[in-house]
Amino acid sequence: MAKLTMTVNGKTVSAEAEGRTLLSSFLREGLGMTGTHVGCDTSQCGACVVHVDGQAVKSCTVLAHDVAGADVRTIEGMANPDGSLGKIQQAFQDHHGLQCGFCTPGMVMSAAALLAENPKPTEAEVRHHLEGNICRCTGYHNIVKAVLAASGQDVSKIAAE
Amino acid sequence: MPKDGGIGASTKRREDVRFLTGKGRYTDDINIRGQLYAHFIRSDVAHGRIRSIDTSAAEAMPGVAKVFTSKDFEGAGGLPCGWQVTDRFGKPMQEPKHPILAEGKVRHVGDPIAVVVAETLEQARDAAEAVVIDIEELEPVLDMKAALADGATKVHDDLASNLCYDWGFVEENKEAVNAAFGKAAHVVSLELKNNRLVANPMEPRVAVGDYEDHSGNHTLYTTSQNPHVIRLLMGAFVLGIPEHKLRVVAPDVGGGFGSKIYHYAEEAFVTKAAHILKRPVKWTSTRSEAFISDAHGRDHVTKIELALDADHNFTAIRTETYANMGAYLSTFAPSIPTWLHGTLMAGNYRTPLIYVNVKAVFTNTVPVDAYRGAGRPEATFQLERLIDKAARELGVDPIELRRKNFITADQFPYQTPVAVVYDTGNYHATMDKLLEISDYAGFGARAAESAKRGKLRGFGIAHYIEACGIAPSNLVGQLGARAGLYESATVRVNATGSISVFTGSHSHGQGHETSFAQVVAEMIGIDAGQVEIIHGDTSNTPMGMGTYGSRSLAVGGSALVKATNKIVNKAKKIAAHLLEASESDIELKDGKFTVAGTDKSVDWAGVTLAAYVPHNYPLENLEPGLEETAFYDPSNFTYPSGAYGCEVEVDPDTGKVDIVAFSAADDFGNIVNPMIVEGQVQGGLAQGIGQALLENCVYDENGQLLSGSFMDYAMPRADDLPMFKVDHSCCTPCTHNPLGVKGCGEAGAIGSPPAVVNAVIDALHRAGHTHVTHIDMPVSPARVWAAMNG
Repeated sequence: MAKLTMTVNGKTVSAEAEGRTLLSSFLREGLGMTGTHVGCDTSQCGACVVHVDGQAVKSCTVLAHDVAGADVRTIEGMANPDGSLGKIQQAFQDHHGLQCGFCTPGMVMSAAALLAENPKPTEAEVRHHLEGNICRCTGYHNIVKAVLAASGQDVSKIAAE
Repeated sequence: MPKDGGIGASTKRREDVRFLTGKGRYTDDINIRGQLYAHFIRSDVAHGRIRSIDTSAAEAMPGVAKVFTSKDFEGAGGLPCGWQVTDRFGKPMQEPKHPILAEGKVRHVGDPIAVVVAETLEQARDAAEAVVIDIEELEPVLDMKAALADGATKVHDDLASNLCYDWGFVEENKEAVNAAFGKAAHVVSLELKNNRLVANPMEPRVAVGDYEDHSGNHTLYTTSQNPHVIRLLMGAFVLGIPEHKLRVVAPDVGGGFGSKIYHYAEEAFVTKAAHILKRPVKWTSTRSEAFISDAHGRDHVTKIELALDADHNFTAIRTETYANMGAYLSTFAPSIPTWLHGTLMAGNYRTPLIYVNVKAVFTNTVPVDAYRGAGRPEATFQLERLIDKAARELGVDPIELRRKNFITADQFPYQTPVAVVYDTGNYHATMDKLLEISDYAGFGARAAESAKRGKLRGFGIAHYIEACGIAPSNLVGQLGARAGLYESATVRVNATGSISVFTGSHSHGQGHETSFAQVVAEMIGIDAGQVEIIHGDTSNTPMGMGTYGSRSLAVGGSALVKATNKIVNKAKKIAAHLLEASESDIELKDGKFTVAGTDKSVDWAGVTLAAYVPHNYPLENLEPGLEETAFYDPSNFTYPSGAYGCEVEVDPDTGKVDIVAFSAADDFGNIVNPMIVEGQVQGGLAQGIGQALLENCVYDENGQLLSGSFMDYAMPRADDLPMFKVDHSCCTPCTHNPLGVKGCGEAGAIGSPPAVVNAVIDALHRAGHTHVTHIDMPVSPARVWAAMNG
């Protein structure tokens, strides 16, 4: 066990962690931040996506000690400073982009990374970008719509309304 | 326009706020002080005899509290099966014991043998490496037909054979059906497989057991769709814990799709281990474990035949199905290929004679049980594939062949030859709507445009019916169910007028916290924000049967309406007293009680306050307080139906199928929250398309699961699917529940697989590959290419 320090959602945090502790476990068990979820063990589902120094990463595939000192952002840090839902979060609620909520943290973090890089993605670009995030509930229709809406694009013409 | 928060409004979901901010509370988020961690050691062979288990080295390792084997559960019962099917000779099914941990034999890869419980999960895993298990490998039983051959190796030595049951339905019709085939002008037949699937909700299963020594109270936190059912099955049949000493909590649950209905070994294990060790015990499934321990779905092999007269009227249907049960009977497994499948074989059609034969077979594979649709997708796939094949063989339009045989709107209620009575429906209307929203008329132009790009375009139709709202308890009792299938609700009105609703239904993505509140708010005329929905904890909700089979609004919602009606009736009595009027003159509108024809009124909060501060109150005639419970037992199933249209492009060079458009016209009866309904359909479509194109559970010849991770089992991803056109404007309300609702949760997964395969076959036929009559699911590029070039 060794002490590990990093910045999570703007706050400096420290906790003990073994060398083999994954970032996802460090967040969930070490820091008690259970918003980041683990849905598989092969780095496929994307429920665990967080940002490390601005990059979206699958936190189940990163050793916690490897990101010592880094700036980590999780779903708990995505709301506005007044506590209201952030733009992407609000779009997910407005467009019913979640059902059971389990994949949602990873979806929101992946979507945020996409929009930071590509502020007006096409539908195809959104779908391609979210390829590493599996949702079993929504059929992706409303997730894609929510991401397009969060980018400021008009989604009123999309089918199924 | 419906009022926001009322019935018919697309009210945004209140539960989303916690899920979107990382504040959901799923079972794995629960850690109890002093908790130990369980690691299951599972069989890595499909079939074998356990010669010995040596746990001594492991028990000496750091942090290990105990290593459990079946010896530690000698007094416990097996995991019970909740449905007993009677075979066509009147005998009960063969029902093997399903132990918590393997006793003597292992029967599938993943069968739990021993469990290490330690201070940390890492210590438990490390110690598991030191448990020495000697297994004599036996020949695995994998192929269903071979499993039934004389002299076949038996999965269960104490049973007569690998046949669970040989079921005939309706057995008395068998000869008449055969006679109809003898007289038929045309007979069309098809052999097909309904591929084995894994439900894969994104949240893996988790169970946390806790025990309070001084009171003898047990608590199980578990990822369940039906905590009361788990309490009953585990308490009464496995561990012998009475209900008042056993609390089961299913908090936020990350999807279920059927796989979280059943009572699993891990739940009984952590509950008992916590009792033995006097410390909380937690188990969290990995995804790899989920693939070999969650119940699988489907896995039917069927031959279906359709008899038609010279005018193309359907005269009879005959099927023979082999249904894989896996190694043990999961909780509701026997009911899926029988009562949830055979009773739907009439589909939307007037076929007068039907005979369904199902042989359920034990194999050395993971147990198979209900997965989204459960029996109804299997029935629909057979029928809708066969009708398409019939249309091609007869040279008629597949839409017209369906229309010619549809039960018409004036024929309801309609008694089918397979026991069920459809109350309402209008299948021509849903077909018309589908053709409209899918722009069927414009298909030719789109196909020509695809052809210019070298792609083969096809259009596939399927029409489905399903039986939801399971179920009338007395009926299912006669059919072998060992449970009632009512639902419950308690409506607790608080003194200042806010309302706490305790429902026996369970929400694991369906949005009950929003939609159930809409129902109560509408009935009383108050703001939905004043209504809170509480579910998932046996310690505060009335005994309920939970959520599956698209039953929550049809059955749970009906209980909610019934309880709210009791509240309204009592509130009117209180209002009559306060207003010094006759109860029969009191009207409730927009949260206000008025004496009819006057301006005398009292508002909702005035009545609720009087109920709890009964200073001016008819105490001699009426109890104080305002809290009512209702149980609702349905009088029939509900019958959602719809027409689905799939448009594909096939790449002739690779065989790859792209879904370029998918349209769904459903009749769900009345709708409480259209946004949620559309979301349910979209999700169902993704699972159905996943079954049709991508997903497949594959065992090798040794019984090893080859598709045991998300690397190998192809889950539908965002770029595999199109935007969906979903319509639910066709509405024939259910006639026998108070909301007139039918259920929408499974429809998408039921109607879409045959639409996809029909579209692929259509594309190939249009391109001249007329020899291709069927391709088994998943319709992979390799299979399509082989079919085209075969």
